[in-house]
Amino acid sequence: MKTESKILLSLGLFFGIMCAVYWRWSVENAGGVMMFAGMLLCFLPGSYYYWWSRRMKERPEDNPNATQEEGAGFVGTFPGSSIWPFVLGMGAFFSVLALVFGIWFLLPGLFLGGWAVLGGSGEGRRGGKH
Amino acid sequence: MTDVLNPTHVHEEDHGHEEHHGPTGILKWMTTTDHKVIGMSYTITAVMMLVIGGLFAEIIRAQLAAPNAGLVSLAQYNQLFTMHGSVMIYLFAGPFAFGALANFLVPIQIGAPDMAFPRLNALSYWLYLTGCITMLSGFFTSGGAANFGWVGYAPLSNSMNSPGAGADLWIGALLLTGFSAIFTGVNLTATIFYLRAPGMTMFRMPIFTWNMLVTGILILLAFPVLTAGLIMLYCDRHFGTHIFSVAGGGVPVLWQHIFWFWGHPEVYILALPFFGMVSEIIPVFSKKPTFGYKGMIFATLTIAALSLGVWAHHMFTTGVVLLPFFSAMSLLIAVPTGIKMFNWIGSMWRGQVWFSTAMLMSIGFVITFLIGGLTGIYLASPPLDFFTHDTYFVVAHFHSVVMALVLGGMAGLYYWGPKMTGFLLNEKIGKSQFWFLFIGTQLFTFPQYLLGLRGMPRRMAVYPHDAQWQFLNQLSSLGAALIGISTILFVVNVVVSWKKYPAGDNPWDGHTLEWFTTSPPPHHNFYRLPKIRSERPTWDYNHPEHKALAHGHNNDGVNA
Repeated sequence: MKTESKILLSLGLFFGIMCAVYWRWSVENAGGVMMFAGMLLCFLPGSYYYWWSRRMKERPEDNPNATQEEGAGFVGTFPGSSIWPFVLGMGAFFSVLALVFGIWFLLPGLFLGGWAVLGGSGEGRRGGKH
Repeated sequence: MTDVLNPTHVHEEDHGHEEHHGPTGILKWMTTTDHKVIGMSYTITAVMMLVIGGLFAEIIRAQLAAPNAGLVSLAQYNQLFTMHGSVMIYLFAGPFAFGALANFLVPIQIGAPDMAFPRLNALSYWLYLTGCITMLSGFFTSGGAANFGWVGYAPLSNSMNSPGAGADLWIGALLLTGFSAIFTGVNLTATIFYLRAPGMTMFRMPIFTWNMLVTGILILLAFPVLTAGLIMLYCDRHFGTHIFSVAGGGVPVLWQHIFWFWGHPEVYILALPFFGMVSEIIPVFSKKPTFGYKGMIFATLTIAALSLGVWAHHMFTTGVVLLPFFSAMSLLIAVPTGIKMFNWIGSMWRGQVWFSTAMLMSIGFVITFLIGGLTGIYLASPPLDFFTHDTYFVVAHFHSVVMALVLGGMAGLYYWGPKMTGFLLNEKIGKSQFWFLFIGTQLFTFPQYLLGLRGMPRRMAVYPHDAQWQFLNQLSSLGAALIGISTILFVVNVVVSWKKYPAGDNPWDGHTLEWFTTSPPPHHNFYRLPKIRSERPTWDYNHPEHKALAHGHNNDGVNA
């Protein structure tokens, strides 16, 4: 966890320095804003990982001498198949076509999207098919 | 290095056996959440996009073989170069790297059963596929496909200058593929941070996985900016806002800032995965550990950090950007890239080099990328850039870079294809494919450098009757034809070798975990895992005579 947080925090720090130099030196603001947001986007997960790295036990994947048994146990479910990503994808497809060919495409788009959200979260609660 | 244990990574309650009984046929394709099937779907779709984008390129080069060939109309030519760039950048190069190969390989390389979010992964693929359909369907609308260049500069891309459905379909397609990329970025980062096998510390991950982690972070930094820009562009086109139009008090150059703030990191989002592929392939076929493992990772991270501060080197000639800042940052990128170059050469140095197709393609990548990289240093210098901006010199520069990526991608397909399908490709056809591709690439780009220096602008369907220009253009078109033949040879190779040469689990004496499992890997990837004590656990397991030490050095000082 420590390495992960160090990577993100040092990237964020670098963007911060670059942002300060650029904003001070240049005459436009768009780049400065985008670099500032980039810095925040690195600091947000980076500081979260740092916070946890000081509080949690070392994970087997961070221990250079770990054996495979140490990774034993439940790490989450991985459904073998699910139709809902396809339905949601088609919903997004129709919604985008609404941007081009007319607002009525939103009807199937939103219907498929909503159906997929309901179906997908129901599947998530049951654990899904394996 | 002999103890092998059953991994108990996966929730086994509902399927105590590793065999997977899911739907088959088209329903399997539609409902799968297995990263390997999704990776294969991505691979097939992306290679189809390569062929489509390549066909556009061949038409463009045929048109340019004569000053006024008349093969296509000027309007059709505009659509062709726009869609060639868009298909290749948005629909082939990126998705092929982070959707196809990374999707298939990253979980296996770190010893994980699947991606962290399998259903999100499937959604990424469906957004990508529908994005491809959306973009290409522009050709079937009355006004034709988008025709303002793959960069969509304002004010050319506004509703006055580019009316019609083609442009809106282009925007819609980029929204879909943009979200697809963002979800893949989330998935890659979460998988690498949370699903590594015990003992697989960050500094034991294969370099390909490292590069995909950095690519994932870059995707998360860059793609939302493009998506935001596209929404602004759509509002300008349809809702009467004036974000990018001078008439309403907007700033057209803002589009360029937003676009290139995504666009330059995107160059590294495209390139880093291919850097990772050759970084895996070169040591394996040189029978040596990676030279400078930590240096490679440092270089990758530095490239990523710098890539966010170089966007306006695409905009030097607008006259409103901070030239010294962007020039200095762009030149700095040459340093980490140089580190990589020397490390690749160092990995080959005094090794027992096996010139397989994958290795030849990788060497071709290194040479071609060197040419593209060095001409990039020229372009980072504003005085030279003012002279060559929007000429064929720039076209040649980035085609050297992206053709290097095609060589790297082919290396990846020849190297990992056997793992994905279980069957090797024919080496003889592969080697002739390499020579066609490599010679074709150089013949294609070199005349373009000269044309650029002689002042030929890009994006022109006709040019003055000038014997020298015509000759150079014909050479370039001949190169493009050779590249076309190499692509046909690849398809022929896939057909000829189909299920002919069984690969076995580890045909190349590979270093990393994917060569420890079967080809193709079972559902949830592993029946067993070796002890992980260095960045090449499979090699350590197969060569117990050499003691594993961190970062590829072994005790007896022999690079066996």
